[in-house]
Amino acid sequence: MFEYCTDPDVLSTFEWFSCYLTNGKHLLFYKSFGLIILLLFITAPLAALLGLLAAVAIKSKFLLLRLFSKAYANIVRGIPDIIFFLFIPITIDQLIEFTRHKIKCPEIVDSVWQGSDFVVCGAAKLPLNSDPQWIHDIYGFLLAVFSFTIVYGAFAANTFYGAMNSVPQSQIETGKSFGMSRKQIYTSIIFPQMWRYALPGLSNLWMLLIKSTPLLFLLGIQDVVYWARELGGSKTSIFQYPHPDWRVWYFLSLLVFYLLLTKISELILNRISKKIYVPI
Amino acid sequence: MICNATIEDYALRSIGIGEKLLPKSDITLCDQFVLIGSGVIWNLYFCIIALAFGFIFAILTAIIRFNKYRFLSKAIDIYVFIFRGSPLFIQFFCAYEIFVLLPKIGFDINLLFTTITVETSWLTKAWLGAVLVLFLNTTAYSSEIFYGALKSIPKHDIEAAEAFGLSTRRKYRKIIIPTMLRNSWSSYTNEAIFLFHATTLVFFSSFPAWRQSGDALYYASYFADKTFNPFVPYPIIAVYFISITLLIILIFKIINVYFTKHLPKERKMPIKLFTNMVR
Repeated sequence: MFEYCTDPDVLSTFEWFSCYLTNGKHLLFYKSFGLIILLLFITAPLAALLGLLAAVAIKSKFLLLRLFSKAYANIVRGIPDIIFFLFIPITIDQLIEFTRHKIKCPEIVDSVWQGSDFVVCGAAKLPLNSDPQWIHDIYGFLLAVFSFTIVYGAFAANTFYGAMNSVPQSQIETGKSFGMSRKQIYTSIIFPQMWRYALPGLSNLWMLLIKSTPLLFLLGIQDVVYWARELGGSKTSIFQYPHPDWRVWYFLSLLVFYLLLTKISELILNRISKKIYVPI
Repeated sequence: MICNATIEDYALRSIGIGEKLLPKSDITLCDQFVLIGSGVIWNLYFCIIALAFGFIFAILTAIIRFNKYRFLSKAIDIYVFIFRGSPLFIQFFCAYEIFVLLPKIGFDINLLFTTITVETSWLTKAWLGAVLVLFLNTTAYSSEIFYGALKSIPKHDIEAAEAFGLSTRRKYRKIIIPTMLRNSWSSYTNEAIFLFHATTLVFFSSFPAWRQSGDALYYASYFADKTFNPFVPYPIIAVYFISITLLIILIFKIINVYFTKHLPKERKMPIKLFTNMVR
């Protein structure tokens, strides 16, 4: 980054650190913090949307839809989220590749599961082996977004379901007696009022979501945890910036980052909840 | 399907009893069921120890904060903020790295009939280090739950107790702590469930599984890697977790009945699950 960084061995402590903390790998480390913010801002609206749909489905007239959405909301919450983060990406991956395999290589009749291997023809791989790295990265990130959405959608469904039931029954009955259709009752009575009842639950969910973002690491994404382990591990003198095992400092800095993130979120959410009258 | 042989070999594999090698090829449904079930022992161990100690210390810290002992309350506030504001996953990493850096020394503790040597290196093992982190984590969350419940105890209940001339000790034992537990039991049930779910993180953060003795998720992902088929091990572990979650709910409901048996029906509070997500 700086001109004097060409030979780190002769630098003073301060200069050494200024060079060390701005080298290429550290810049990637800093970028991975952005990745977490990006994940949060993509996942939160998607999960809220999925949760809203599921909550409406739980209250629907159709038995099958009702049972399915109830099962979704309850089963997902009964299982640790980390199991889903391990299960969903590999499942989606196999489903897509299996389908593509059937379409693109119909001439291969062998089973895809051969003993302990999952074999699809080269053209069915997603992303293709020949694709550049960034496509692999984006594909992995999308799988992560999908997994987070499924898990937090179930929590949001529960919150919205509770919030919809908190809207005073008398208002809904009034709507009915005015001859409003089911759709009208939802759009003009339940949805506009539901938010204030849902706000405490949604704030909690946002905190929950923030605190589960380090699990991105388990999805094989080069996130903050990956870089903290990578950069913190002890470096011998063959490296440009040799240092002993500094992982503890990297993880403590992650701790501080998350504390800041949750604290700022808490302040903002408190402000919002003060502005919106929460009737509980 | 008869699993007797597999049960003999692998039922206690996670605590080091039984067959040394994990099944590598020809993995049967039996193997998966028994070995993942064996891993559940670890999850239960982490959960029960952390929850038991956490319960006691959470009540103590909540009372200290309620009484506003100046420095002690401030220190507990900071501790609760750190553990509630950061992800457990990162806490595991931090704690493990700190434990590794600790000087390797042993202390002799002289019990009356025998001497045991307590070593700091035990902290780098999951059975102590991970339990310590989980304990600190659940204490922080539960302390906040109980502190909130303490603040909402009606003032006149406490004043009535004082007017009757109850000693401080009896006031806490008979009035304050029972009311606190009753009011927060719903949230505390959720905390227990979340803690049980969080135990799956242990072997996926830094703590190494010594001699491949891991928890349920460790074995489930082992099978998923080996067979490349996620559709068997993950549903199995899901079944285990849902059953134990239901068992936890049942136990906490029974305790709730005991807590509220003297109350008239309309004041009994049912446990609301997953509504008050504190994590």
